[in-house]
Amino acid sequence: MASDAGAFATALDLILGLDPDLLGIVALSLRVSLTAVAIATLVGLPLGAALALWRFPGHGAVVVALNALMGLPPVVAGLCVYLLLSRAGPLGELGLLFTPTAMVVAQVVLVLPIIAALARQQVEELHHEYREQLTSLGLSRLRMIPTLLWDARLGLVTVVLAGFGRASAEVGAVMIVGGNIDGVTRVMTTAIVLETSKGDLPLALGLGIVLLGLVALVNAGAYLVGETSRRRLG
Amino acid sequence: MHHKTRIALTAIGILGLSMAAQAHAQGSESEDGEKYITLASTTSTENSGLFDAIIPQFTDKTGIEVRVVAVGTGQAFEIARRGDADSLLVHDTAGEERFVEEGYGTERANVMYNDFVIIGPGGDPAGIADAETVAEALQLIAEAEAPFASRGDDSGTNRAELRLWEAAGVEPGGEWYRELGSGMGPTLNTAAGMDAYVMSDRATWVAFENPQNLELLFEGDEALFNQYGSLLISEERHPHLKHDLAEQWHQWLLSAEGQQAIGDFTVNGQQLFFPNAE
Amino acid sequence: MNDMATPTLTGTPPLELQGVTFTHRGQRLLGPLDLRLTGCRRTLVMGPNGAGKSLLMRLAHGLLAPSAGRVDWQGRTPRQAMVFQRPVLLKRSALANLTYALAVNGTPRPERRTRAREALERFGLAALEKRPARVLSGGEQQRLALARAWLLDPEVLFLDEPTSALDPAAIQAVEDAVQEFHRRGTRILMSSHDLHQARRLADEVLFLNAGRLIEHGDAATFFTAPASREARAFIRGELVL
Repeated sequence: MASDAGAFATALDLILGLDPDLLGIVALSLRVSLTAVAIATLVGLPLGAALALWRFPGHGAVVVALNALMGLPPVVAGLCVYLLLSRAGPLGELGLLFTPTAMVVAQVVLVLPIIAALARQQVEELHHEYREQLTSLGLSRLRMIPTLLWDARLGLVTVVLAGFGRASAEVGAVMIVGGNIDGVTRVMTTAIVLETSKGDLPLALGLGIVLLGLVALVNAGAYLVGETSRRRLG
Repeated sequence: MHHKTRIALTAIGILGLSMAAQAHAQGSESEDGEKYITLASTTSTENSGLFDAIIPQFTDKTGIEVRVVAVGTGQAFEIARRGDADSLLVHDTAGEERFVEEGYGTERANVMYNDFVIIGPGGDPAGIADAETVAEALQLIAEAEAPFASRGDDSGTNRAELRLWEAAGVEPGGEWYRELGSGMGPTLNTAAGMDAYVMSDRATWVAFENPQNLELLFEGDEALFNQYGSLLISEERHPHLKHDLAEQWHQWLLSAEGQQAIGDFTVNGQQLFFPNAE
Repeated sequence: MNDMATPTLTGTPPLELQGVTFTHRGQRLLGPLDLRLTGCRRTLVMGPNGAGKSLLMRLAHGLLAPSAGRVDWQGRTPRQAMVFQRPVLLKRSALANLTYALAVNGTPRPERRTRAREALERFGLAALEKRPARVLSGGEQQRLALARAWLLDPEVLFLDEPTSALDPAAIQAVEDAVQEFHRRGTRILMSSHDLHQARRLADEVLFLNAGRLIEHGDAATFFTAPASREARAFIRGELVL
């Protein structure tokens, strides 16, 4: 498959050939990353909004910690989740290590801080603008959260995309907790690492191009939705 | 109009949740349905393609799927020690015997061997091609202070390399000796990039597709013998593991059929692993 | 909605401020201030920039808590709404901004659209119902904010310099709206630094200067015979220092 024609030819081959192994890897990559992002979004947006609205002792420390966790190395996240899910670890009984579920957990750990921290910034800005009006309407802070999240949605789409970018690009975490098992936990990024270590650089790069294409596709979709509503809502 | 957007967002949310459920279902499905074991092994065996060749034969016969987690030998031992793998196939005899002594393993058996080879830049600046023994070859490299790329990752290959330096009476160090902390493949990639000597297992080298200027310069010394062993993990320490299935895999590797499968595996017409179970 | 066209008596509870003070970073910006407002009169809060007009409105409406003293509705807290100098509209259509306010105050879902459309009609915005609120002109946005306040059926309406950023036609529309609220029996508390506007609208005037309540009395008296030196200067259009 990896001829000397180069990475682009290989990428084209991969896509046009509809290789079932590749399709399986692509499907698993998308499923793991999208699931992780969906969970991180469901938790991270309300969490970020709550941090934007409430002040409590230690609030600053929480915000700083969250911002710092945005830079958490994937390998470290993977290692922590590995130790958690390992048989010798506290959640070993679940038998989740080396499964896609473990990979989802690790990616949630990576993506959640990004979504929560960036959502906090977006919501805080909007809250600054809306606070008096919403208070005047009689809303409690808790009831403001859905309104603020909904009105910040255009910016939050970008936040979620940033999370998706991190999830789909990382390899360190899924490698450790997934084990890169052929047909079970092998995703695009771990396959790229494997092919690189085999010295099959064109195939590795070809897979990289396919991955980039997928991420671009997701981003383009979100961009279109965003632009349309931006034009509508001003 | 943002009614539509709301519907779209709701749909995305539902999609996400259903995928989460699906991902979880997929993760546990195999435990209820098909039988499988998790095998901790080394990157060299995985990268060569050996597992792709022999595991399907085992699965056809027994219905047991083998999920390979290919990592460095050090990490493979750690995974097995923590009870995260049902079986272990590595190439560090001393380490394997210690694993059994410490009570983590109950049985260790020779499965096959391949050998290490010394790779280097085509020009062979240290002139090792004519060396009689691997010890002499390493001494030549050290004297010439020619760049040498070491795995430096506490893997089986790395441990073997360090033993060979010791046997050659050389303490490797200095600017020419570069510890990379990488797997075999990445180490070969790096060595190719900086025209360095490097010790590799033959399997990874033969299957390696990015040699650039690198060539096989020294081989054949018995000291480069690389023994692979299969280990069974202690039921006492880790009762939750699939010991029955792992036992079947272990016995199959040692059986005539398994040994035949290993011997039949070739890359570019070259046999890479030599079965030697007793 | 033509009931209470000529409100005289009202059930709206009196508002009493007792020794209300507001300090920020050690600096006293308002008060101490004592005040009692009753009935459904149109009270104009006047004074130069920085006199504390906006602060007084926000303290009375409950957006800010006083540093000292009490803001007290006698009997019960009435339904209130506030219209700001720069209208804060949600990133939704004009109609959705109104149905949102109705949802917040617990109006049953089936009624919301009908009532919102009525309000749009009343404030001359019917043609704009589907337009995003944020792209409306300044005057249209302020009318939408008034329509939103209208739907809340407030007993007390606060308006903080609602016309200061508008052109004359839009100012006219806002003043008409204020009169309509008044006819419905709403107590109006509106800040302005525009004397002509105050003359057109006010039943009574609160005159603030440098955080202190200088005068509180009937509009006619205030404009013809102001008691204080500051108010006299303000009415003559001089700089009040």
